[in-house]
Amino acid sequence: MSVSFDKKDGNVVVVIGTGPGGGVLASELAQKGVKVVALEAGGRHGPEDFVNDEWASFGQISWLDSRSTSGSWRVAKDFSGLPAWIVKGVGGSSQHWAGASLRFQEHEWKTQTVYGNVTGASLLDWPIDAKTMDPYYTKAEEKLRVTRTGGRKGLPGNNNYKVFEAGAKKLGYKDVHTGRMAINSKDYDDFVACQQTGFCFQGCKWGAKWSAGYNEIPVGEATGNLEVRINSQALKIEHDVSGKVTGVIYADADGKQHVQKARIVCVAGNSIESPRLLLNSASSMFPDGLANSSGQVGRNYMRHMTGSVYATFDKPVKMWRGTTMAGIIQDEARHDPSRGFVGGYELETLSLGIPFMAAFLDPGAWGREFTSALDQYENMAGMWIVGEDMPQETNRVSLNYDVKDQFGLPTPNVHFDDHPNDIAMRNHAYKQGAAVYDAVGAVRTFPTPPYPSTHNLGTNRMSAKARDGVVNKWGQTHDIKNLFVSDGSQFTTGAAENPTLTIVALAIRQAERIASEMSKGNI
Amino acid sequence: MSYVKSLTRRDLLKTSVAAGSLLVIGGGFVAASNAAWALEVTHLKSSTMATLIQMARDIYPHDNIADEFYAAAVKGYDTADSKGPVEEGIAALNAAATGRGHASYLATGWERDRVDILRSMESSPFFQQIRGGLITGLYNQKAVWPVFGYEGESFSKGGYIDRGFNDIKWV
Repeated sequence: MSVSFDKKDGNVVVVIGTGPGGGVLASELAQKGVKVVALEAGGRHGPEDFVNDEWASFGQISWLDSRSTSGSWRVAKDFSGLPAWIVKGVGGSSQHWAGASLRFQEHEWKTQTVYGNVTGASLLDWPIDAKTMDPYYTKAEEKLRVTRTGGRKGLPGNNNYKVFEAGAKKLGYKDVHTGRMAINSKDYDDFVACQQTGFCFQGCKWGAKWSAGYNEIPVGEATGNLEVRINSQALKIEHDVSGKVTGVIYADADGKQHVQKARIVCVAGNSIESPRLLLNSASSMFPDGLANSSGQVGRNYMRHMTGSVYATFDKPVKMWRGTTMAGIIQDEARHDPSRGFVGGYELETLSLGIPFMAAFLDPGAWGREFTSALDQYENMAGMWIVGEDMPQETNRVSLNYDVKDQFGLPTPNVHFDDHPNDIAMRNHAYKQGAAVYDAVGAVRTFPTPPYPSTHNLGTNRMSAKARDGVVNKWGQTHDIKNLFVSDGSQFTTGAAENPTLTIVALAIRQAERIASEMSKGNI
Repeated sequence: MSYVKSLTRRDLLKTSVAAGSLLVIGGGFVAASNAAWALEVTHLKSSTMATLIQMARDIYPHDNIADEFYAAAVKGYDTADSKGPVEEGIAALNAAATGRGHASYLATGWERDRVDILRSMESSPFFQQIRGGLITGLYNQKAVWPVFGYEGESFSKGGYIDRGFNDIKWV
């Protein structure tokens, strides 16, 4: 907060967005001596003002700007104006995430090779692999203090986990534990251990869950090399006649527009806003938007194959008590086409409070079938399904010219159709999830449809060849060498794992690359 | 909510007519039949508000939740702006009831018959507005959470680390 850079200073790196991608990148660059201006669309919240209240927190931290949806996915019917449940503010969606921190499996970097031709899917191998990423994953796990890595112990299991674990073991699952979580399993010098409060999605009031907002950004700011400008929404990236980017037009809290000059621009606004910004930056030189010579900007939008299974029992569970997602079954994460689909999925414990359960258990439902389930809320257990979905070129973020935002710019439309592989995997997961609970005496089970997307991926994907994607193996755009993408929109494919650890690992690696290329004078 | 609690039971009973489990009182009040609470209605007809409260219960029936909370969930429709569409929607609901041989929606004795009426208008904007509004209007009332066993905020109590996060005994 102490440093302030001149808007005409063209030597700074401008990072757009301060989530697990942009926030980590900005802080890492600052720690390497690079001058950084981070533009954050939202405000600054933290443990001191987070609230243990689902709807109040939703209003406090969510990205609620106008968005539209299309396609056959159920979210377009149930939540037509809210395709994604993500955060606007310093720290981005790492304020809201549950903390699950899993590495990709080795084969998930090479799905085109391993899965072969899947009709309708635009599978592609990443230009990087498990070996490349191993040291960066280790650095990310250290940074996030991930449990069950680096000698750190696991979190204790809560009530919801105990039901889940007992069912999983009766069913014969072997790889069942309380997860690899970016939530402290012991006290550290500056950070307290998890107090089993619940409300992980509402921002951790103890600061026991890692967030770029209060764990990374302040470290960067303390170097004197990072200025975070809050309530500053990027509207357009500018370029010169040579095609290099030169700065970013942004609006401040009062809607007043400014230009921040830049040596390098890194886009990390999440997989809906990042492609939208590139598309909204179209010019006479780049009529289809920046970095879009391939036509791939906004395409291959992925959101993970998701769903939930809740179950009611004849005795109390009180699933809301304790860490929301400290529980995982990994046995189904493997690639085993004999199940009728390629790729795999994780099962992870999950709970919602009564206010969100009413909204999400079966959106649109009413009557006694629905209310008799809620009447058993105290006896309910729950899990989330997260699996690899197929990239499809037609699943995309595009500009909706019919609806303009508060700055007069076209809003994003998110189009998504489930791939048959996604549907086959979801049905398998619903069956297995219900079987877990049936094994310990469930009275009723509920195959709950997907929530608005929390894992938004793939709209500026990484590719070896320029024609197949938007960025290269460093997240540098194929078309413009001083323009980078630094968030989950880089993902070539989605893998079965929660994406944050990979986003952080990619950001650490990208920071090294950018600092090195700057010092060599290459960019 | 701004219940009028000062009315005496005798005042209420003097001018009221039974409407399901509720009383509709002349002079712009809806009250519990035991007179435990009363809701002042300014813009809507009292009978419309009483019907709306019954409709809310029939959409999300919880036998352990008192009418008072359903009333709280729909009292926001008692405004000048909402009056037109709500009176119209309730009139349609009553028309559907009379079309099935009942005197009115409120006079339809069995829940299953009222639910049939609601099903017949399930896709209408009025029904969807009322149903959607109840999701937060009913379930986000902190006062109803204990009915479900939900404990709400826990940070101020130190979380559950010493208060039973893993106290399940039956697995």
